[in-house]
Amino acid sequence: MSAVLETRNLSKRFGGFFASNDVSLSVEQGARHALIGPNGAGKTTLINLLTGFLEPSSGDVFLKGDNVTRLAQHQRVKRGLVRTFQINRLFAEMTVLESVTLSVCERLGLGWKLWRPVGAHTAAIDEAAELLATLRLLDVAHRQTRSLAYGRQRMIEIALALAARPQVLLLDEPAAGVPTDESRELFETIAQLPREMTILLIEHDMDLVFRFADRISVLVGGALLTEGVPDVIAKDPRVREVYLGEPLDD
Amino acid sequence: MSMPPSSVDSAFSATPLRDASRWHPAEYAFWVLPVLAYFVFGENLSLLSQIAIAALFCLSLDLILGYAGIVSLGHAAFFGVGAYAAGLLAKHGWGDPLLGLAAAAAIAAAAGFVTSFLVLRGSDLTRLMVTLGVAVMLYEGANKATAFTGGVDGLQGVEVKPILGMFSFDLYGKTAYWYSLAVLFVMFWLARRLVHSPFGLSLRGIRQNVGRMPAIGAPVNGRLVAVYTIGAAYAGVAGGLLTQTTQFVSLDVLSFSRSAELLLILVLGGTGRLYGALIGTMVFMTAHHFLSGINPQYWQFWLGAALVLVVLFARDGIMGLLQKLGTRWTKPA
Repeated sequence: MSAVLETRNLSKRFGGFFASNDVSLSVEQGARHALIGPNGAGKTTLINLLTGFLEPSSGDVFLKGDNVTRLAQHQRVKRGLVRTFQINRLFAEMTVLESVTLSVCERLGLGWKLWRPVGAHTAAIDEAAELLATLRLLDVAHRQTRSLAYGRQRMIEIALALAARPQVLLLDEPAAGVPTDESRELFETIAQLPREMTILLIEHDMDLVFRFADRISVLVGGALLTEGVPDVIAKDPRVREVYLGEPLDD
Repeated sequence: MSMPPSSVDSAFSATPLRDASRWHPAEYAFWVLPVLAYFVFGENLSLLSQIAIAALFCLSLDLILGYAGIVSLGHAAFFGVGAYAAGLLAKHGWGDPLLGLAAAAAIAAAAGFVTSFLVLRGSDLTRLMVTLGVAVMLYEGANKATAFTGGVDGLQGVEVKPILGMFSFDLYGKTAYWYSLAVLFVMFWLARRLVHSPFGLSLRGIRQNVGRMPAIGAPVNGRLVAVYTIGAAYAGVAGGLLTQTTQFVSLDVLSFSRSAELLLILVLGGTGRLYGALIGTMVFMTAHHFLSGINPQYWQFWLGAALVLVVLFARDGIMGLLQKLGTRWTKPA
């Protein structure tokens, strides 16, 4: 096994406050890796640093062995590192098919094509439709994104990322705000993603984390507290202390 | 026809997206209007030419504001650069109109490219101030450089040769009108292709959610530089057209009021629709013509009222209203 995504001594300081503090994290190829920690532990900050949304104060990010710390967000996406957002970032006035086609077009490098209409790029549209079919979104393909229920919108959030064909997918609380039954469905879909895709997941629902993840890292106060397989993490007294009163293993 | 992909239900049809760029019957009807106008309002050809030129100028703002979401209060900068480029060229013996337009486009595009880097960063307010600042500097530059531009007296001695060596500009403004209209149509057609292309889709993506675009692999700054440059070229062509059809360049091609009025027209017509820019210009210029005839001093009162009503009650402008009516007619209840 080799690390596909790695950070070395990654820190992010806002004034005197360390949002990320000397984080050295390693995500193995094909892993189902979860990132947990209490509110304000710096989970989203870490995702922002990994994807280039934020620039680190110090430290480095490696993707497939290459130092990508200085690369812009879109360049990291081109190299296979793709994220979703905790709060939806969608194209509200586009239809679902349009917005996923947009993402496919960007991956295929069509974004600089000024002449042929989108409608003539049938391969891109077909691919978008196929992705919508897998995510059971095909019935709303021609609906405007803003007109859909929140659970559906949450799925589009993931569809946009998948259209970029990630090798490493960073999911920032994919089920945030989604009712329980729908969130189960959402996680079934995530569980069915191809094994060669590496997934780093931020999630608050411990049930979901322990069912899904084969490795867990715990962040507290911006720093890595511990890391290990779910069984070990569940028994770790420090983790229990952090999640005061929250039972981890039932 | 390609086969639908395997896992996609055979009942699914991608036709709405595939055919999104098809010409709507109403569009054909729309383009008959300026031809009809020639016969109906033949005594007002100079006004009609002004409308066509202003519509092209408005189209240029729609590309950057309506599609990419870049607000500008200084778009006249590029209109003026194009106007002076075509004027100076014609004054110094290069009076071929098409060559003049190409030069106006190229020089305005260069100006757009250079200044685009100033509008990449910052909020809408920053962009308003930066674009305004650039235009004000150009205005004063042209004002000061009297030897070159004629300053407040305007650029005289612009001599434009016949179009393609065949159609010379006449006193009645017939050639000027058909010429302006033809240029407007060709430029509109190109813009229409652009907004329906994957590039155009990415611009809409930037306007609707600029924060998501890098996360799907799109280089936002590159796209903005490109569209700002293209928008500037469009404005330059409009400026060049004004110079050629009036054989004169006035300093107010660069004025703040031209930029502000342009923004107002586009909002009135509806942003991000191309036809909003065209219809907005037609309505505005016609209203201007008639209202200022009735009440030359206070006609802008009604303009202000219309603007307030539109932004409060019809955010998508005249074109948005027309589209709403259109869908109501085609899909009864």
